[in-house]
Amino acid sequence: MSDENKKNTMSEEEQLSLNDDRRVKVVSPGALVVKRFFRNRIAVVGLVMLTVMFLFSFVGGAIMPYGQDEQFYTYTYMEKEYVAATRNDELRYSVREGGEFGATSQAQFLLAQMKGETEFSYRDNSYSLKEEGPDFYSIWDSEGKILAIACKDIVHAADNMPELSFNAKYEALKAYMNGESAFTADGIEYTVSEHDILQDGTEVAYISRVVVQSKVSGVNITRDFKERLEETIDNGEEKFLYTNEAGEESEYTIAYDASAKVWSVTQATKTYVYEVYGSPSKEHPLGTDKNGMDMLTRLMYGGRVSLMVGFIVVFIETVIGVILGGLAGYFGRWVDNLIMRIVDVFYCIPSTPLLIILGAAMDGMNVDPQIRMVYLMLVLGFLGWPGVARLVRGQILSLREQEFMTATEACGIRVSRRIFRHLIPNVIPQLIVTCTMGLGSTIIMEATLSFLGLGVKFPFASWGNIINDVNNSFVLTNYWFIWIPAGICLLTAVLGFNFVGDGLRDAFDPKMKR
Amino acid sequence: MRKYIIKRIMLSVLILFCATFVIYIVLRCLPGNYVETMAIQLSTKPGAKSFEEWMAQLSATYGLDKGPIAGYFVQIGNMLKGNFGDSWRWTVPVIEKFNDVIWLSFVMGAIAFVLELIIAIPLGVIAATKQYSRADYAITAGALVGISLPTFFFATLLKLVFSVHLGWFDISGLVGRNHAQLDAMGQLFDKAHHLVLPIVTLVIISIGGLMRYTRTNMLEVLNSDYIRTARAKGLSEKKVIYHHAFRNTLIPLVTIVGGSLPGLFSGALITETLFSIPGIGYTSYHSMVVGDIPFSMFYMTFMAILTLSGNLIADILYAVVDPRVRIA
Repeated sequence: MSDENKKNTMSEEEQLSLNDDRRVKVVSPGALVVKRFFRNRIAVVGLVMLTVMFLFSFVGGAIMPYGQDEQFYTYTYMEKEYVAATRNDELRYSVREGGEFGATSQAQFLLAQMKGETEFSYRDNSYSLKEEGPDFYSIWDSEGKILAIACKDIVHAADNMPELSFNAKYEALKAYMNGESAFTADGIEYTVSEHDILQDGTEVAYISRVVVQSKVSGVNITRDFKERLEETIDNGEEKFLYTNEAGEESEYTIAYDASAKVWSVTQATKTYVYEVYGSPSKEHPLGTDKNGMDMLTRLMYGGRVSLMVGFIVVFIETVIGVILGGLAGYFGRWVDNLIMRIVDVFYCIPSTPLLIILGAAMDGMNVDPQIRMVYLMLVLGFLGWPGVARLVRGQILSLREQEFMTATEACGIRVSRRIFRHLIPNVIPQLIVTCTMGLGSTIIMEATLSFLGLGVKFPFASWGNIINDVNNSFVLTNYWFIWIPAGICLLTAVLGFNFVGDGLRDAFDPKMKR
Repeated sequence: MRKYIIKRIMLSVLILFCATFVIYIVLRCLPGNYVETMAIQLSTKPGAKSFEEWMAQLSATYGLDKGPIAGYFVQIGNMLKGNFGDSWRWTVPVIEKFNDVIWLSFVMGAIAFVLELIIAIPLGVIAATKQYSRADYAITAGALVGISLPTFFFATLLKLVFSVHLGWFDISGLVGRNHAQLDAMGQLFDKAHHLVLPIVTLVIISIGGLMRYTRTNMLEVLNSDYIRTARAKGLSEKKVIYHHAFRNTLIPLVTIVGGSLPGLFSGALITETLFSIPGIGYTSYHSMVVGDIPFSMFYMTFMAILTLSGNLIADILYAVVDPRVRIA
């Protein structure tokens, strides 16, 4: 100190006489402590860390636009099986209204068709068949009336149109095969253009080999969609976009199952869901958690809880510890003996197991999270005071014998005043150090309990219960942003308290070299 | 000396008596009566006695039919006879389960403890001899980081790096998948392999305290008059530090090391649970969360005994190594 002070006073030196008091800059013990503290690099780093954590938790929480339990939503695409399409490559039968052409008859027909015969019979009925075009046969009964048609091409009714009658189908197929552009059936005139069958200019049916089956109930597959699908399949593409009548655009994925010869089409539909484990983005710098809440905001509010719990617990500890330790140290004899035995008893009660049991019991009773937090603080405080009491008592025992205490006694000062005004302030330096270090360990304790799910509970955030998510090993491996930031915050805060506590210990020690 | 030891032991027994009483009362006052739940479970089994009968029998077993104080004496009487009851969670006698799991915890704790001593004491001495050097700052900061690291976070980080990304270790458990096929030697190595991460966690978390303790005591010794005398005599710095200073630092170290010996049996609740190592910590954690009163009561009593005997050993050792204490 002397070197620096000399420099400071150098300019004024001439005017001052040698034994002038002003030549020596007088620094109070408090200022000395502050000076020693700021010379300790580690302590300053700790102080910076603490300041950052406090600003982060208390100011940050106020600045963030989100609430701590505000949930966010997002759109996600869910793949759902939509339709299955097959290309028809076997003969399909249409039977005249009221006619009968069962499975066995069909088999007989197939036999005849393959042998190239024009007649076949089944039971008492005899049939004749006629090849009308490629893969198109008509079957006639013994009376010479048409009974059924067998064709690989299929006449589908157009959207919102009734099925064509049997006759119309027959005529349509005939016209389609022969390349005619018009036909008449049941007295109605139809025109054919390419695959379409029109009646008075409106489309009533179309001919196609692709069969599309809907896999979703209540959905009509439009012709437009089918054509689009066919086109995509023909082009060998796997995905296409399609806008339905309601104007909703969806993406469809086609997968071909070679053994069943089926194209199965899945539709990706937009679904509105909680943004679960959303990756870090501009809106959510640290992503979102399993409930779709903003991680950064949770972290800030968690910091508030962790720091508040730490302070309240240490406050309770200190109050009980100072009072009991002060009494024990000052009165000595049986008071000291009694209080110190209580301290011994509390010392050997294992606190972590006790807290775990209490936490599990509160789980069993479904205690409200807010009340639970209060209980947690009370129990932690009540289990932590013996350390403080021991410290205070030890200090007071030695201070009690010093001259200034004899002086207070001679002045006739009240006992309570003697303890709390003259003894306790002398213990304060050690007390501050212990409390600062105690804050760190209390925060770790709270975080550990919350991590085990036995401390602070949802909807309240705490750094411990944020990390709790890693119990799910998928989160552990894939979502670092859920738990690493919380761990770093925890470490920073606790380290800050320990650095500052360590620095204060050194600063308060008058024996320190510098 | 003998009188001092006997006095201390008597006092410890008295404290233990009070502590177990507090533990008993807390466990007994727990709402959500676990005995009732047990009785319901037992009475629903086919061919079982009725709920009332079970309730009466269980209450008598655990001394719940009497008042808290009389019940405590029933309990303590049973405990003195070595009868701690049957664990509800593990459905075997508490003592049997305890014997199954304690040695694993002890081995783990002992290895970690030896590693701690080997690493912490030299580093503490180095930090003290080179006070305010860069090495001192690094060691002090490192020790504080170790103290400040939450066990669960550090263990998870280790898992992520060494189990998930590097794949060197299994994420949890004591034995690997093919443990049964290995020969005796292989099984031993398998277990040792699975204990690496838990032991690393334990060492890193608890090394800071010992390191700081060594440093503080060494600094105190280095500031004392006889060290100045030794230096004034012209002894080499090496001799001053390792002959004169270090030996005196050993006094407090021996007491603290002796005092933490019983702690080797206490297991590591959090570490064992996180790594699923079936030691005493893991076992009691799983007993406690399901409200297994007999096992919890036993475990807490056991922990209290360990703490007390640790203090006792430390006090006695202190008196042994430092004759000045004995007079007081």
